Amino acid sequence: MDFDDTPEEAEFRAGARAFLEQNAQRRAPGSGLVYRAGNEDPEFRRHAKEWQAKKADAGYAGITWPSEWGGRGGTAIEQVIYDQEEGKYAVPRGLFDIGLGMCIPTLCTWGTQAHRDRYARKALRGEEVWCQLFSEPAAGSDLAGLRTRAERDGENWVINGQKIWTSGAHYCDFGVLVTRSDFAAPKHKGLTYFFLDMKTPGIEIRPIKQISGQSHFNEVFFTDVRIPDSQRLGKPGEGWKVSLTTLMNERYTIGGRTSVGVEDIFELARKIELDDGPALKNEGVRDKLADWYVSSQGLKYSHFRTMTALSRGETPGPESSIGKLVNGTKLQNIAAFAMDLMEQGGVLTDPELVPLAAVFQQTLLTSPSSRIAGGSDEIMRNIIAERVLGLPADVRVDKELPFNELPTGKGKGRT
Amino acid sequence: MDAAEGGTQAMNFDFSDDLKQLRDEACRFLRERCPSAAVRRVLEGAEPYDKRLWSEIVAMGWAGAAIPEAYAGAGLGHLGLCVLAEELGSALAPVPFSSSVYLASEAIITAGSEAQKRAWLPKLASGAAIGTLALAEGAGRADVRKLRTTFRNGAVSGEKLPVPDGDVADLAIVVAQGERGPALTLVDLKAAGVGCTPVETIDPTRSHARITFDDTPAEALGAAGEGEALLRHIQDRAAVLFAFEQVGGAQRSLEMARDYALERYAFGRPIGSFQAIKHKLADVYVATELARSNAYYGAWALASNAPELPVAAAAARISANEAFFVAAKENIQVHGGMGYTWQFDCHLYYRRAKLLSLALGSTRLWKDRLIGQLETANAPL
Repeated sequence: MDFDDTPEEAEFRAGARAFLEQNAQRRAPGSGLVYRAGNEDPEFRRHAKEWQAKKADAGYAGITWPSEWGGRGGTAIEQVIYDQEEGKYAVPRGLFDIGLGMCIPTLCTWGTQAHRDRYARKALRGEEVWCQLFSEPAAGSDLAGLRTRAERDGENWVINGQKIWTSGAHYCDFGVLVTRSDFAAPKHKGLTYFFLDMKTPGIEIRPIKQISGQSHFNEVFFTDVRIPDSQRLGKPGEGWKVSLTTLMNERYTIGGRTSVGVEDIFELARKIELDDGPALKNEGVRDKLADWYVSSQGLKYSHFRTMTALSRGETPGPESSIGKLVNGTKLQNIAAFAMDLMEQGGVLTDPELVPLAAVFQQTLLTSPSSRIAGGSDEIMRNIIAERVLGLPADVRVDKELPFNELPTGKGKGRT
Repeated sequence: MDAAEGGTQAMNFDFSDDLKQLRDEACRFLRERCPSAAVRRVLEGAEPYDKRLWSEIVAMGWAGAAIPEAYAGAGLGHLGLCVLAEELGSALAPVPFSSSVYLASEAIITAGSEAQKRAWLPKLASGAAIGTLALAEGAGRADVRKLRTTFRNGAVSGEKLPVPDGDVADLAIVVAQGERGPALTLVDLKAAGVGCTPVETIDPTRSHARITFDDTPAEALGAAGEGEALLRHIQDRAAVLFAFEQVGGAQRSLEMARDYALERYAFGRPIGSFQAIKHKLADVYVATELARSNAYYGAWALASNAPELPVAAAAARISANEAFFVAAKENIQVHGGMGYTWQFDCHLYYRRAKLLSLALGSTRLWKDRLIGQLETANAPL
């Protein structure tokens, strides 16, 4: 048991370091993370695209992609090593996660070589940005309950309906879209999957205002949007299978991200004075800090175990998904507890007026999403129970019935 | 930069194939020789521990796994001991392994003089002697600066309660108030002035005793004035090994609950198909995995004598205390009324979980210790 690279890994790491040292600025220690909010800023996107092109040209984008996709044909552990090294540099992150993590792998898996040639390289270089049009007002955790309609019309399909929670729809060039083409078939069997140009006539994009006041997501409305049949991925009715390719990659993409961490709440506990001295000396505070530290360390070393499996060429199982489940609640609880330590002043949101530039207040309002996006806590628990522990799948009352005979209820979840 | 800290390495963060094989062999052996019927014989019988199992275990060299070969140990190292601990915990082995190996042997390896090592380690390795650590003096925090047991002029006097395996031990590391502060002493329990009475505890599968010392001859273990630091170090090392036992117990409790949830039907379905059960067991799984990962880091720190050991041990301890108790109590819950019967094995794990969580000091104490370490050592977060 040690923490050492194999000789091959060490060589790869040295190459990545040399590339980063030449092309990027080192991140100052403790300077925090680059937040995804940056995606909304055109200047940020310009930087992100420039950086992505450099990375791709040096062979550090698409590290695990096969060469037929324009990738490096490398291993998962090489990707981890590159990410570790890149993490030390101040480079723009996050703009291409969905496209490169989910959309393009789906396109490459289910599309033709011509599709790969046309789209993969451009996406890899950051020239084209992709979004994912999956969730609907009435289809979230139960994604297969979606009802955006696709009707065949000669060599085209006509799309009508609404998608929601689409990150970046307003600045993306292309999107992947799952629709219902057969309302009489059972829900998983009537779906069809496409990709499309986001400038296609009939698409209307409206930002959603989140509880944090920011708008990272959109509603996307489709009114008689025409998509050529050549942009269908998988057969008509096979859309669910294609969607699973996209979703398999989602939890990996989302699971790795964090905002406030244990170090922030430690920092606050050092600064804040309670009646009996610094908060860090208070037993109740120490109890909470210890819990969070221990669970953070547990996740970190679980991640190391996953990396070890990757390094040995093994595929880590769904057990690597515990990170998302643990972190979501922890973020929310850390934020709420930190504000408790500030007493009534904790309600203030002005970065000038509260410690650590109001990061806890901001996290209180953003953290609910970390327990929902990319598989809610409840879905994650189901996945662990079913795929890791081997417990039975939930009883489904809707599996074999024609979709148009399913009860729908009143909660439409419209915004 | 700490090798494990910077995310600068790719990892070989797992046990070697040899050690995995050792673990599998231990698992097979214990399934055969230590089924729950064996644990129940100790639970319900007069024997303080399973003597046949113990003699087989020492014959295989497990008690001397981490004892250097120079002292007749197997020299497998501490990683070997970790994988054995996990299996012993999983089987609830009713033997004085933790007292004799994680505490007494480790204390002598860490702090003993050459003569003390020669005198005791070969016996501890071969099972000719059983050792233990005597610290607690009744209910309440065992503050080493306020111990009533004294060490003066080469003799200890006082009372220790409870002492794990005290009724079967030949040797005790007794923590006492010395002339220069807390002191570790080595006491031959066959010596004059030792009184020993077995006491009942929540887990009768592991025997405990009240031991009185009346001017009993004792040798200092380690340098005078260093008792407190030494005790901490010994506890840190033992915490990692206990954590592996606890992870083994947690994992087994989870498997029992999972198996029962698949086989028990209610409302026309296996109860494991209800989300109330699925989500509960998913949470137990998460707690167990976090504990396992923390224990692995502890194993690395222990085996490599890393300066991170105090932080790693505390994290392993806290995480394991939490995981085993949650797994054991929810195992009873999933079993419903049957889980509350003497006949089902759930209570064996429930008892052991609570026993182990207090064996080295409570979670509360270790949390305070952890934060204290992080404050002073300015350890990486």
